[in-house]
Amino acid sequence: MKACDLAIIGAGPAGMAAATEAANAGLSVIVLDEQPAPGGQIYRAIETVPEERRKILGPDYAHGAGIAQAFRNCGATYIPEATVWNINPDLSIDYSRHGGSAQVSAKHLLIATGAVERPTPLPGWTLPGVTTAGALQILLKAHGGVGDDVVLVGSGPLLYLLAQQMIAAGKPPKAIVETIDRERYIKAARHLPRALAGFGYLRKGLSMMRQIRQAGVPRFSGAHDIRIEGVHRAEAVVFSVGGKAHRIETTSVALHQGVVPNQQATRLLGCDHAWNESQRCFVPKLDVFLESSIENVFVAGDGAGIAGAKSAAMRGRLAALRVAQKLGHSNGADIRALQADLKRDEAVRPFLEALYAPSRDILQPADETIVCRCEEVTAGAIRRAVDLGAPGPNQVKSFLRSGMGPCQGRMCGLAVSAIIAERRKEEPEAIGYYRLRPPLKPLLLSELAQLEPEATRSEPL
Amino acid sequence: MAAGSSQDITTDLLVIGGGIHGCSAALNAALRGMRVVVFEKDTVARHASGVNAGGVRKLGRHVAEIPLSLHSMSIWNRIADFLDDDCGFQPAPQIKIAETEDELDTLRERVAELNGLGYTHEVILDRKTMRGYLPAVAEHCVGALASLQDGFAQPYQTTFAFQRKGIEKGVRFLENTPVDRVFKTGKDWKVVAGGQTFTGRFVLNCAGAWGGEIARQIGDHAPVSAYAPMMIVTERVRPFCDAVVGATGRPLSFKQMPNGTVVIGGGRPGIPDPATNRTHMQMAQLRHSAQTAIDIFPIMRGAQIVRSWAGIEGLMPDGIPVIGPALHAEGAFHSFGFSAHGFQLGPGVGDIVAELIATGRTQAPIAPFSVGRFSQVSTKPNEELS
Repeated sequence: MKACDLAIIGAGPAGMAAATEAANAGLSVIVLDEQPAPGGQIYRAIETVPEERRKILGPDYAHGAGIAQAFRNCGATYIPEATVWNINPDLSIDYSRHGGSAQVSAKHLLIATGAVERPTPLPGWTLPGVTTAGALQILLKAHGGVGDDVVLVGSGPLLYLLAQQMIAAGKPPKAIVETIDRERYIKAARHLPRALAGFGYLRKGLSMMRQIRQAGVPRFSGAHDIRIEGVHRAEAVVFSVGGKAHRIETTSVALHQGVVPNQQATRLLGCDHAWNESQRCFVPKLDVFLESSIENVFVAGDGAGIAGAKSAAMRGRLAALRVAQKLGHSNGADIRALQADLKRDEAVRPFLEALYAPSRDILQPADETIVCRCEEVTAGAIRRAVDLGAPGPNQVKSFLRSGMGPCQGRMCGLAVSAIIAERRKEEPEAIGYYRLRPPLKPLLLSELAQLEPEATRSEPL
Repeated sequence: MAAGSSQDITTDLLVIGGGIHGCSAALNAALRGMRVVVFEKDTVARHASGVNAGGVRKLGRHVAEIPLSLHSMSIWNRIADFLDDDCGFQPAPQIKIAETEDELDTLRERVAELNGLGYTHEVILDRKTMRGYLPAVAEHCVGALASLQDGFAQPYQTTFAFQRKGIEKGVRFLENTPVDRVFKTGKDWKVVAGGQTFTGRFVLNCAGAWGGEIARQIGDHAPVSAYAPMMIVTERVRPFCDAVVGATGRPLSFKQMPNGTVVIGGGRPGIPDPATNRTHMQMAQLRHSAQTAIDIFPIMRGAQIVRSWAGIEGLMPDGIPVIGPALHAEGAFHSFGFSAHGFQLGPGVGDIVAELIATGRTQAPIAPFSVGRFSQVSTKPNEELS
């Protein structure tokens, strides 16, 4: 078993920046990442992307190249294609790679596993042809391809960024169906003064909107009662705007309602979490140095609360500097400067969170809508279980099997907690979340059977 | 329910613990006309009762448990009528595989012993018959012991159904309400919980892994320890097995659920932390369960594990539960420490314990489960301090 000062899970901006900072400070660092190359989701394929596609994806994406290069050169041990499937209380980490399992142990752990897209339970969302904006963007980054008649549906900056990238790629979306209404703009407006500190973000947003308008992409604002129709696959998106019904024919729908922290690893470890009402999600409780309620476990990047790629890199550096300081490798002078930079970068968030708050359609889905895709559990079934007396997500899970399928609740967890909270008229924080158990990702039974006892565990594969 | 004052609630039976045994005893006591309050420090079925492997098994029981298990089975067979919920109960054979001739000889001796006691529910399956029940079993398996009219059920659904039927019959459940203190004043028992004092003629300790402290306050010594059997479940696999399978020479509990997922457990404990309710998985231990499952069902080699878990269970040193009256303190009873095989016994033992409390006697042979087996020296029950 290989040991280190700092183990980092995830090689997105937070993980890469943290590894670079920590290695430069003289720490021994191991980075475990699921992808074959550094970059995470936001900078996916950053090292290998052809020049033409890099232009399509824009300068914010291209910025990741420098971070990846510094990471490659920093001297941290980088283990790509490693699927972490368990983290033990002593901070030893089991991971799977090329069909076998191995273990590393760490004095400190940084969880930099980023964000996942918020579950978007709508009628028809399980039909073939329906995907998420994030998944579509992965296709664009990794392979350069998207469909011809994509309809983007939902809310959030990613929707417009993707539209802009699709336009640049010569495959503009057929339409953008937005769940944001006028009222939301008014609510968001009061956060504008503070958001001006993040003027760069606002300017970029306005520029994206202009390009979408110039490309002639139809936009529908304030859409509700959205459903995807189709027998064997998606055939049309149907919705209402201000009492008027619309129907757009399409074979390809990309849903998006923002991103939320990926809680799997922090929940597995038993870190304390708080409900963030503005982001409508659970966020691990962290101190000003990003250390969690469990000593020596840090969280950086969007997993620490959604703040974007720039903040992610800064948070990664902050956590690394704090670990270095704890180990006597740093005097902490840089820490305060970073904390101030972070505060500035995050200034735009309350505005974005108010503007792009998720649609009620998906927060409180209609009774017949499937919420847990793996086990096909509907919102109505969850409400009936609550009415019978099931007090929380774990009882609903035991009772209905929601969250028991291969995705382990990644796709339904937040929605299930929100539905129970609303039904019981309690706060989501009081309702809580699924208890997470290993393996974090499906693991072959034969691989577990071959797991070597720790004493004889070999070097990372 | 009569309340003496806002701080003092009077009832007949105070049940400590909302697992399957507490819920079943509470329901059965209510059916006998008693007023019942159940105290649960977390939520009903939070621990072993909600997350066990769900085996409804007469097979392989300690001989002292067999009469209780047979009684329980008679209730399982009409569970849907009793609770208005089918509890996910599926009749199915329980089969214990022999991997060697020596193991099969041990199983034959077991059948001979049971037959001598007048029990006929366990039978030997020769290799061919076994393969008829289990076409996917590995070639090297030579035969099996079976109890053909057993089954399995959904543990949380079952315990939750007992609770709901209990509520319907007037049982009051206080969840998230740990018991601070149990003591006796005169003929009555008092339970202090959630800032209130509850008075009852009887108290029943169904506190599982936490039952030792309650027993101590009642005046009994019961060396229960916390135990966390680990289980794993796979993704859905094409149906290949409709029996619940164990092994003779090594620990295994194996079954394929109606939806295709396969639940594998047996014998390998995680690390329980009863103070925080958490359990830590020991994956390096669990690998043995994975290997055993693959050895006996080679088809499992390619199956994907999606989850593992462990619940906190009370384990007695001799591996059988504590059931029956307190050693000296009148009006106090125990039903805990089921040592990782109490789920099947829930319906029957709840009935027996309720009978014992309500009538002062039972025909069921519960003497082997007396708490007195752990202590020849009595300690005094807690008396009121004032």
